[in-house]
Amino acid sequence: MEWQDEGTVLSMRPHGESSAIVEVFTRAHGRHAGVVRGGGSRKMAATLQPGGQVQVVWHARLEDHLGSFAVEPLRARAALLGDRRALAGLNAVCALLRLSLPEREPHANLWTVTIALLDALEASTDWPPLYLRWEVLLLEELGFGLDLTSCAATGDTTDLAYVSPRTGRAVSRAGAGEWADRLMPLPACLMGQGPASPSELAQGLAITGHFLARELAPILNARPLPEARARLVGMLSG
Amino acid sequence: MALTEAPRDIEALIDLMARLPGLGPRSARRAVLVLLKKRGALMAPLAQAMATVALTARDCATCGNIGTADTCAICADDTRAGGTLCVVEDVADLWAMERSGAFKGRYHVLGGTLSALDAMGPDELRIPRLIERVADEGVREVILALNATVDGQTTAHYIAEALAASGVPVTSLAQGVPIGGELDYLDDGTISAALRARKSF
Repeated sequence: MEWQDEGTVLSMRPHGESSAIVEVFTRAHGRHAGVVRGGGSRKMAATLQPGGQVQVVWHARLEDHLGSFAVEPLRARAALLGDRRALAGLNAVCALLRLSLPEREPHANLWTVTIALLDALEASTDWPPLYLRWEVLLLEELGFGLDLTSCAATGDTTDLAYVSPRTGRAVSRAGAGEWADRLMPLPACLMGQGPASPSELAQGLAITGHFLARELAPILNARPLPEARARLVGMLSG
Repeated sequence: MALTEAPRDIEALIDLMARLPGLGPRSARRAVLVLLKKRGALMAPLAQAMATVALTARDCATCGNIGTADTCAICADDTRAGGTLCVVEDVADLWAMERSGAFKGRYHVLGGTLSALDAMGPDELRIPRLIERVADEGVREVILALNATVDGQTTAHYIAEALAASGVPVTSLAQGVPIGGELDYLDDGTISAALRARKSF
């Protein structure tokens, strides 16, 4: 068995004397692990940093084997190391992808958006709204897309102000009525509208965090979402 | 019947040696064979030295360095500048800094870096003790000598943020072209870091 793909390094763990088990989020093969011979060496350390973009050739005798990767660096994300917030963003992206994505299941659209987000992190552009929308897309890929197109109660497409914490559907101000205090405030930035203030980002991340925690509950086993995400949320909301 | 394994005691020694970093089962077997060949000259003194160090080694209560007293030789040295604190990930990094001979201040060993992968949070590191030291010891500068990795720099940013309230200047080691480094062989991340950190010449 052999294939070649482009991917982003999610994690690296030393294995044996000089090898490493590397997890890569690839374009066509999803989250995939493999052994990198010599991956524990200093020479490979820069290539195998989380977020690094690599070309991988995976080889195994049988498909269900762990297999081995031959890795070629395509792009390092060294610029992120000096930017506190961008580095927190990278850590959150890698931690959530590692936690949430099933192994060996392709998510080509999510991969493309992830690369665009990492590019934005590196370019220090206004990436927090992109990160928020990336979490929305992650939810979609996990099978729980938020429906923010119309009100769940009235069908209205305007004045959408809340999200139901149960269904993930938008609710208009009129539709919410006396239930408003049980719903989550819906910021415009979650719908891709307008600039995002820190408080709006916090509202948006509270919504995605709520549904991520709920969807990933069987994996989390009563633990919270990754600490890396909590740190990023703290920075963006502050 | 072919002899496929060494006697049990020797196998146990090989298994223990194979747990050391850089050694696997094969290299541990080779190392044990060398020790067995040089029992008197190497193995017995090594065993004695290990037993002694196992009894006497302890972490410095101040900085986390390893020594044989409650306060390590560096913390006990009055000639060292007390106003500058160099933060390193582990004792190996402290020894590397000491080999350079370029730093004459004091150290603080964190004992690791923040890592989502290894579930290593601030409370597992010696960060609270660092904050205490900065407040108590009249520190004028904190130098972050942490690895240029994602985990190392995440930790550096976290510490800088945690020390912001103290008002003490926090600096970090420069990143760039190593001595003897040829640009052609450097990775693009190092080159871009070096370019960003360029200085007048």
